[in-house]
Amino acid sequence: MDPLFSNGVGLAVVLIVVLKVLVTFVFLLVSVLLMIWFERKIISDMQNRIGPNRAGPWGLLQSLADGIKIFFKEDLLPEQADAAVFRLAPYVSTVTAFAAFAVIPVGGSLSIAGHDTFLQLADPPVGVLFLLAMSSIAVYGVMLAGWSSGSKYPLLGSVRASAQMVSYEAAMGLSVVAVVLAAGTLSTHAIVLDQAGRGPGGILPNWNVITLGGVPFLIYLIAATAEINRPPFDLVEAEQELVGGFFTEYSSVRFALFYLAEFMNTITVSAVAVTLFFGGPSGPVYSVLPRTFWPILWFFLKLLVFLFCYVWLRASVPRFRYDQLMDLGWKRLIPAALFWLLLIAAIQIGRDQGWNPSLVLGVGVLAGLAVMGALALAVRTSRLRADDEAQSLEASR
Amino acid sequence: MGYLEGFAVTLRQMFRPRVTIPYPDVKRPKPERFHGRHVLGRYEDGMEKCIGCELCAGVCPARCIYVRGADNPPDDPVSPGERYGFVYEINYLRCIHCDLCVEACPTEAITESKLFEFSFTDRRDAIYTKTELLVDDEGHPRHLPWEDWRAGDDEHTSAWMRATSPSGVAAYEGRVAWSGELGYGVRAPEEGQTAERRDPQATETPEATDAG
Repeated sequence: MDPLFSNGVGLAVVLIVVLKVLVTFVFLLVSVLLMIWFERKIISDMQNRIGPNRAGPWGLLQSLADGIKIFFKEDLLPEQADAAVFRLAPYVSTVTAFAAFAVIPVGGSLSIAGHDTFLQLADPPVGVLFLLAMSSIAVYGVMLAGWSSGSKYPLLGSVRASAQMVSYEAAMGLSVVAVVLAAGTLSTHAIVLDQAGRGPGGILPNWNVITLGGVPFLIYLIAATAEINRPPFDLVEAEQELVGGFFTEYSSVRFALFYLAEFMNTITVSAVAVTLFFGGPSGPVYSVLPRTFWPILWFFLKLLVFLFCYVWLRASVPRFRYDQLMDLGWKRLIPAALFWLLLIAAIQIGRDQGWNPSLVLGVGVLAGLAVMGALALAVRTSRLRADDEAQSLEASR
Repeated sequence: MGYLEGFAVTLRQMFRPRVTIPYPDVKRPKPERFHGRHVLGRYEDGMEKCIGCELCAGVCPARCIYVRGADNPPDDPVSPGERYGFVYEINYLRCIHCDLCVEACPTEAITESKLFEFSFTDRRDAIYTKTELLVDDEGHPRHLPWEDWRAGDDEHTSAWMRATSPSGVAAYEGRVAWSGELGYGVRAPEEGQTAERRDPQATETPEATDAG
């Protein structure tokens, strides 16, 4: 728990919390503006273009200019729309995107007016569950937006989008559970503390990406990319093919809110990856600058690397087809995540019981391969049967 | 490693030179025979080249040219011939810059400059009269407030830039077949079409750089 609340809650504590909320909110808004600029600049670099360069130095104020413009656009409400839900939906998307960031530790602890506090908005004992809950509620934003538009195409788009998000939530959850299993806690702060210090071999850091064998991280990265509808999983938006899918009927500020949520989600997902797999703000501390400064620097450096990777991914990889997306999610990622989770659990139990570690590993991998093989066989059989049925249907016509 | 090659490609591109140019600040060199806004030329002695024959109006597929000829006043002739164009109007809402008027002109009076960035905000500004089209006493095209003239835009406005330039026929190579112009004199012929012809973009002759 945050040491801020250990001596009872007074006015000063409430004021500190309000200050933290304000700082976080403003920081997130500004970081979204910068993220949009960053993405456009990096993408243009990768496409040999110049990118935004008219508004402000190096085009830094471009997103601000776009935001101001979009605020003055006409706000349309379709005649067939369910007005209340139509107005609510973008806020569901945005609020969940913002709220998810609340449990991310961006640094060590800080002392404000004699009160020690963590550099994170909240440290609930169920921090990781909170993250998963927020990403689940975000699906409601998409679903309600499509449904309340009163038009069939946004509805279809929202069905596709929510199917995608729900499918990948399972794989994402399973990969996160591996981290929780290793750390033995759901609190994000404790998970970060658990990764501090030297790791295997004494040279590498004790980050979960290394100690868990990398697979949960890869699954998390893929599943989270699909969860937030970023390329190459942006079938929801698919700007070259659909005009936005579920938010087709939206305009003006409400449209901007969906975009805000989208970019906000990119930042949040990267921050979660840093927290769960890359030790969060942990890193060497030097005496050159104040001690509180270094963890914040390390956190933002790691975050920046992730954001760059997301932009890089977008510039490099073509979009998935819908059946490929579902195949990857259900037939590859979920079994792989489940297998790895069980393997880690087996190793942990073996360590507690004093079993032979290599025997546990060998049996676990063999059992896993057997199940995977059976699964692959089942998928193959069902596909062959479906082909047969299709052929006999063709023949009977 | 087939899956990762694409990432290497995009990363490599980040350090390649940009193909885009920041357009309004920097402009690409225009082709030598670019068809832009028209110019009515004058001879080196200041006489107008237009004789009011209306051939340009007749050939114009967009019907954007309106010409009226009149007899030259004997004591103060405007053009060296018998008649001169006393009304000359081009409607730029209709003009398609095909350059057929330049082809048709028997006296090389009407030619085109390389200016294409003239966006007026009033429809009446679209109709250029003789006042706007005729070159000034130095032989330079008149610059209207909404026109974005850059150095070199008024080069090669003589019959030099006719589409059927003699460089296509070997017998006419290097031979000057056009009259001189006020402010510019007689334009030099361009190089022939040899096998190792230089890049036309790179051979922007520095003549008349004081213009513009």
